[in-house]
Amino acid sequence: MTMYGEVGFFLLLLVLLLPAFLLGVFEKKRALYILLVSVFFDAAAIGRNPAGIVVFILYVVWETGISQYYQRLYRKQGRNGRTYAAMLILALLPLVISKVTGVFGYTFFQILGISYLTFKSLQVVIEIYDGLIKDMTPFQMAGFLLFFPTVTSGPIDRSRRYLGDLEKELSRAEYLEMAGDGLEKLLLGAVYKFVIAAGCYHFVSVLAEEPGAGPMIGYMYAYGLYLFFDFAGYSLMAIGCSYFLGIRTPENFNRPFQSKDIREFWDRWHISLSHWFRDFLFTRFVMQSARHKWFKNRLTTACVGFMINMTVMGIWHGLTLYYILYGVYHGVLLAATEIRQKRSGFHKKHKKEKWYQVISWAVTMQLVMFGFLLFSGHLL
Amino acid sequence: MEERILDILEEICEDDVIREDKDLDLFEEGLLDSLGVAELLVAVEDQLGKVIAITEIEKEDVNTVNKIIALVESR
Repeated sequence: MTMYGEVGFFLLLLVLLLPAFLLGVFEKKRALYILLVSVFFDAAAIGRNPAGIVVFILYVVWETGISQYYQRLYRKQGRNGRTYAAMLILALLPLVISKVTGVFGYTFFQILGISYLTFKSLQVVIEIYDGLIKDMTPFQMAGFLLFFPTVTSGPIDRSRRYLGDLEKELSRAEYLEMAGDGLEKLLLGAVYKFVIAAGCYHFVSVLAEEPGAGPMIGYMYAYGLYLFFDFAGYSLMAIGCSYFLGIRTPENFNRPFQSKDIREFWDRWHISLSHWFRDFLFTRFVMQSARHKWFKNRLTTACVGFMINMTVMGIWHGLTLYYILYGVYHGVLLAATEIRQKRSGFHKKHKKEKWYQVISWAVTMQLVMFGFLLFSGHLL
Repeated sequence: MEERILDILEEICEDDVIREDKDLDLFEEGLLDSLGVAELLVAVEDQLGKVIAITEIEKEDVNTVNKIIALVESR
């Protein structure tokens, strides 16, 4: 069964969200029901594939085990760099095996949602090291990973935020308001994905067949719009579904097409991913380089940080040339934006003026759309 | 403690105005950005021995000198 992709899923969702709705209305605890319904939907999403079920269970047990073992070690050792590195590698290992075997055409290690679940697992390891997670139980960790609305493709939640919501007692009025917002998001998401994205896809597939530069440019815009409405639509549905369960899953998109520069774009596009990278890769890199004085000045540090950050993001999308190029491309754009904003007198003088902002917006949109064209693989 | 935090901030913000108005919004004035915050946390850990994780603070927790001093002193 495809999550958010077929009628059967939505019918099941309608039936299985009803008990959650009643729990919310009568102000009962929701955690156990959320765990059960998640196990059911995760299994249904994997489908008639015993190997898929086995590797999925192994994955959740593995990451849950790491979270428990590391918390115990941390109580004895405290902030130990070597243990931390070992735990990061262990938590990352299933994703690496999955991606590498995938490149060679093996499918036995394809785990439902592993690309997204790895972010959650790594966040827990990193925050144990930071001393922010001290008493996370195995049920909390497994439940955090299994949470079905976001299991396949995010948005990527953070464990402390998620568990706060899960255990928060909502009054009837609070729950009803949340469920109302959830319904609105579910419906809007469905319109985005099944009406607008499907419409854009029609143009994408027609233009893909036409030779020449004109259709290629048309393809670029149609594909960019398709990508937005498809993924933003999915995200809205996943968030709406979470709201019904009393979980305020974070937003993933915030009007990306009104961004006036590339940095702003990454604050508005696939937000839960870019903010994860910002908090757990970019900033950590900046801190390490400040500590060890790797670079002469802050601008160089930022530029190298952006390049590393976005290249890793590209690789995460898939071990394919055009995904990696997409990452490098955005790394270069972010570095160039940083240099322009820090060094250009012209920018500093005119950045508050309307005409400058309009040009900046128009240029940003072309750069973003060209990035999507790279990402689509149609260019290469 | 306050003096040592001010020294660190003066070096990161490259401006001694931070000593005069401690309720100035450092982000709005362009004195501090996310890179500056990262450097601040490193300096606080290495020089003062206090660990503050980047994911436990919001921008609003560190946007003035007074807030930064209060945050560090609370550890």
